[in-house]
Amino acid sequence: MQDYFDLVYWIPLLPFIGFLINGLARKSMSKQLIGLLGSAVIFLSFCLSVIIFLETTRHGFVARNITYFPLIALDNLSIPFEFQVDQLTSVFLLIITGVGFLIHVYSISYMKEEDQSGFGRYFSYLNLFVFSMLLLVLGGNYVIMFMGWEGVGLCSYLLIGFWFKNHEYNYAAKKAFIMNRIGDVGFLLGVFWLISIFGTASYHDLFNPETGKLLSGQTSNSPALIGITLLLFLGATGKSAQIPLYTWLPDAMAGPTPVSALIHAATMVTAGIYMIARSNIMYSLAPATMIVIAIVGLATAILAALIALKQNDIKKVLAYSTVSQLGYMFLGLGVGAYTASVFHVMTHAFFKALLFLGAGSVIHAMGGEQDINKMGGLGKKMRITYITFFVACLAISGIPPFSGFFSKDEILLAAWAHNPVLYIIGLGGSLLTAFYMFRLLALTFAGKFRGTEEQLHHVHESPSTITIPLIILAILAAIGGFVGIPELFMKDGHKLAEFLDPVFAYSKTILPAHHVPAQTEIILLGVSVILIIAVCIWAWNKYKNHSDGQPATGFAKAIQNKFYIDELYDAIVVRPLGRLSLFLGNVIDKSGIDGIVNGVGKSVSYGSRQIRLLQSGKVGTYILFMVIGILVLFIIQMFTK
Amino acid sequence: METGWYIYLSVILFSIGIIGVLTRRNSIVVFMCIELMLNSVNLLLVAFSKMHLAGAGAADPLVAINAQLFVFFIMIVAAAEVSVGLAIIVMMYRNTHSIDIDFLNRLKN
Amino acid sequence: MLGNYYTFPELLLWIPFVTGIIAFFIRKEKSVKAFALFSSLATLTVSVISLFYSNTTAHPDYFLYNNVSYVWLPYLGSSFYVGLDGMGFVLTFLTAFTLPLIFAATYKNEYRNANAFFSLMLLSQAGLMGVFVAMDALVFYFFWELALIPVYFLCSRWGGQRRIPVTFKFFVYTFLGSLLMLVGIIYIYLHTTAPGGLADHSFSLRSFYAANLSPNRQMGLFCLFFLAFAIKMPIFPFHTWQPDLYEQTNYPTTMIMSGIMVKMGVFAMIRWLLPIFPLAVHKFGNVAIILSVIGIVYGSCIAMIQNDLKRLVAWSSIAHIGLMGAAIFSLTNSGLQGVMLEMFNHGVNIIALWIVVDMIEKTAGIRKISELGGLALKSPALAIFFLVIGLANIALPLTNAFISEFLMFNGLFAHNKWFAAFACIGIILSAVYILNMMQKVFFGPTNSLTENARPINGRQKFILSVIVITILVMGIYPSPILHLTQETVTGILQSLK
Repeated sequence: MQDYFDLVYWIPLLPFIGFLINGLARKSMSKQLIGLLGSAVIFLSFCLSVIIFLETTRHGFVARNITYFPLIALDNLSIPFEFQVDQLTSVFLLIITGVGFLIHVYSISYMKEEDQSGFGRYFSYLNLFVFSMLLLVLGGNYVIMFMGWEGVGLCSYLLIGFWFKNHEYNYAAKKAFIMNRIGDVGFLLGVFWLISIFGTASYHDLFNPETGKLLSGQTSNSPALIGITLLLFLGATGKSAQIPLYTWLPDAMAGPTPVSALIHAATMVTAGIYMIARSNIMYSLAPATMIVIAIVGLATAILAALIALKQNDIKKVLAYSTVSQLGYMFLGLGVGAYTASVFHVMTHAFFKALLFLGAGSVIHAMGGEQDINKMGGLGKKMRITYITFFVACLAISGIPPFSGFFSKDEILLAAWAHNPVLYIIGLGGSLLTAFYMFRLLALTFAGKFRGTEEQLHHVHESPSTITIPLIILAILAAIGGFVGIPELFMKDGHKLAEFLDPVFAYSKTILPAHHVPAQTEIILLGVSVILIIAVCIWAWNKYKNHSDGQPATGFAKAIQNKFYIDELYDAIVVRPLGRLSLFLGNVIDKSGIDGIVNGVGKSVSYGSRQIRLLQSGKVGTYILFMVIGILVLFIIQMFTK
Repeated sequence: METGWYIYLSVILFSIGIIGVLTRRNSIVVFMCIELMLNSVNLLLVAFSKMHLAGAGAADPLVAINAQLFVFFIMIVAAAEVSVGLAIIVMMYRNTHSIDIDFLNRLKN
Repeated sequence: MLGNYYTFPELLLWIPFVTGIIAFFIRKEKSVKAFALFSSLATLTVSVISLFYSNTTAHPDYFLYNNVSYVWLPYLGSSFYVGLDGMGFVLTFLTAFTLPLIFAATYKNEYRNANAFFSLMLLSQAGLMGVFVAMDALVFYFFWELALIPVYFLCSRWGGQRRIPVTFKFFVYTFLGSLLMLVGIIYIYLHTTAPGGLADHSFSLRSFYAANLSPNRQMGLFCLFFLAFAIKMPIFPFHTWQPDLYEQTNYPTTMIMSGIMVKMGVFAMIRWLLPIFPLAVHKFGNVAIILSVIGIVYGSCIAMIQNDLKRLVAWSSIAHIGLMGAAIFSLTNSGLQGVMLEMFNHGVNIIALWIVVDMIEKTAGIRKISELGGLALKSPALAIFFLVIGLANIALPLTNAFISEFLMFNGLFAHNKWFAAFACIGIILSAVYILNMMQKVFFGPTNSLTENARPINGRQKFILSVIVITILVMGIYPSPILHLTQETVTGILQSLK
């Protein structure tokens, strides 16, 4: 029998080959060929992922560890280049390659105005992005994960700054990379700590049900574990855009729109979730960290949702909504609902990719315009985009039976079970979500057109390479939630939970079990759905016939300016650091250290010049000194007898 | 005991010589002072030689004579020095019409 | 002759030495260039062949295999004793590998007195090789100085306006260190016992390792040696000669100095400092780490505000060297192995950076960061090469420096968490200055100064490709080097027990 796991390495290798070919031979290939190749490699990876997924659904499948070659082989530390495939991996593989493929197809027509070299560069970066992400989820230890981890950071840098002639974009790209890097340092330190305690970074050695080092004799809440998990979580806040390192993500809108879709939906930002879900046993053993994660997640969810209320750039609204949704996922992780978080990653991948690609379609039609105040009434001209966007809005707002409903409510329910306060704040956040999404929808597609005459002429439905991915994603966003129907509605309906169970089984035995009674569950669901629908309708009506708004004041102004967080960071980190560097370079180094060094030299030469004066050339003086010297010697001789 | 007087005399002569060298600028006087110093040393040598001979008895008179031999050497060297030195001073006077030692410091630079 | 592996250390030493002297008599610039390139390629060939004989398991006595010994100064107990161990292999290979790259990359540069220039380059290579193969303290000291002298002339005769004072500073600085080391060597020598022969004492490495030194003496001697090596590396606060000198000298010399010569300091720390003064190392190790870690952050901070490409690279080098210094004194297997790997990687990476800076200066005529811009439009290939090299410089995974920095930080972390955490700030800052450089130099629109920049030619592409491939291969499969040096590191750690 063919062992399909022998093929696993092709999954990341194919995009990498695509990257190499597109990158190196882009000048000698036609644009169609580049696009075709770029998409085809992802599609092949997707097919392989499906095969792997089917393998992992077999009954009695246990995680497979595949070692290729030694990366670091020391006497006391061995880190091989290894992959690990289990249920969690296969879910992520499907999301990454599946959504990634659609985004590639979409890009072919979205980017067609680029010149050939730029087009090839774009696709090679895109392939590299998918490669890095696949490496991240396939890696069998934290070091391989870190390779992908930094790799996606690099690719986001390259793609955000894709139009590198514009300095604004370059700043955004640089900011993304550096913010990520701050998180990465946390991740690295966490890995070092892990290695210093357990002597290994392999999941296999740490989490294996039989031999895992974490499973035997680890006390809950030991300081080292809390330290490790917090440091790893710092890495996650960088990659997944949580407080305090979230500000790069909205700026990352500088890149081409499909890239935003790729960053926000299929790759990169879900890396943090994946990492924590992957290390769930470690996190479950450190409840203190879990509380931190839940609080940070919730705070991010609310903060980002508030900011999204007042943004006027279509992509910025979506960006903050991503930050907010990621906050929910972390909330889920923090309360121990790992499955729910992974579920939300999946549904979010569908509807967020859809939203971004829809936004891209709109921007494309508007000739590059991104300000929603200049849009309006596009629904009539762009039917498919409009409908799919609408589906996505329903899904993200959490209206049944669209996918977001199932995943978000599962997280919120788990939060309730943990602490009702978390639930209430979380629900508040999801009301905000519903509001800003329908505000966006209304401003963009309803009402009168507010742009220029020329733009109005230009508006048209996008070609089929753009609309087909939209339709596919819309279907997924609509029905994607049915893999995780709550027990309440259907017995054994939560297929995903069942599938992922082996991954999270051990955590379940550690974490305190919460059970929410069925009546409570129904009440909670009912209340949230009613409130959300009400908010949706309110927002729609409020902004349906919107004309230009007045300048914001007070709190609204603070929201519009994103609570001045960027300015704050600038004032407390960036500028002091610059000043410190100048001080170090100009004062400490030039005058201080180099001053001492030169001072030694100068004092020697000064001393020499002074001593030289004794050499006057007068014989008389010399003799005088000689006589004095002899006399002194005599006197010393006399007194020291 | 009697050697003490010779030593005192020699010290006084030597000191006169040094002071002369240090204070006078006339090169002939300086020259004479140098001679004076040399001779004070000679005096000392002879005095010690004599003392030694008296102290050691006649065990090995040749040893004590050594010092007096040195005196002859010094006198010869001094004579050679005088002849060269005076020649230099004469040449100096011919060239500069001066025998002031501070005047002729051009060699320094 | 090649079949007898005992001759490798000698060949590596004498080929550049003899060709260096011959090069002095070749008057035609073109032929001397070709001759120098040929000579460096010959050395590389020997070095590559020598790697096939680097079977460390066959020679359990870790620093004594593969050696040549002549009676040199028998009455002093010194013999001309050279050999290769794992660390020696790595560094001689680095020297042999980078010199052809340097020659090829700067092939079109013009020099006054080309014969003297190339002769001195080859002689300095001989000196470096000598340092790396020396197994006798006197031989080591001899080559240590021999490497310095050609570089002094290279710096003072070919370079920028202010080259004389900065070279003078460099020379006085390093010479001071060397003399202190010489005092130390003689002192230790007087405390050794010779196994036999004409002299009472011996200069051989082995007798130095076995020297009978009391703790207080060790501490004093440690300071002498540490100062000499710290100046060479340079470790903060002995670094001030470096940025000025790198800014002023010509590119090939800068490459040799930053790529290979600073490794002399690192190498010497490991070979001549750690095993000889184990007690003092344990005592002063943390001081050295603190200085090094300060150097990392300090160098990175100052690199961020530099406006001159050469100074930026120079400061980034100080930061990297700081990390190596810290990792050496972490005294862990992982840290020292990381240093071994990083010595090679840093050598390749920084030379690559200089090559790129040289190309930028050649094509745009300037190297002020604030005046450049838009080069990616004019020379996309150079931009991509720089991107890879820059990313290797900030130790991104899949590039060579990642593995080595990972190991070094890991070792440092095992030694002390807080040092590692503080040093990690350097990881962030390095990204800041490299990306800043990328952005200001390559991205953005072109301006009047960069308008006429030309794309790089095939020769330049080839050289940079070789480097980039090395970077990537070493980033994915560094095991051979780690395997090679494991024995050296184990031996060092054992002597420190």
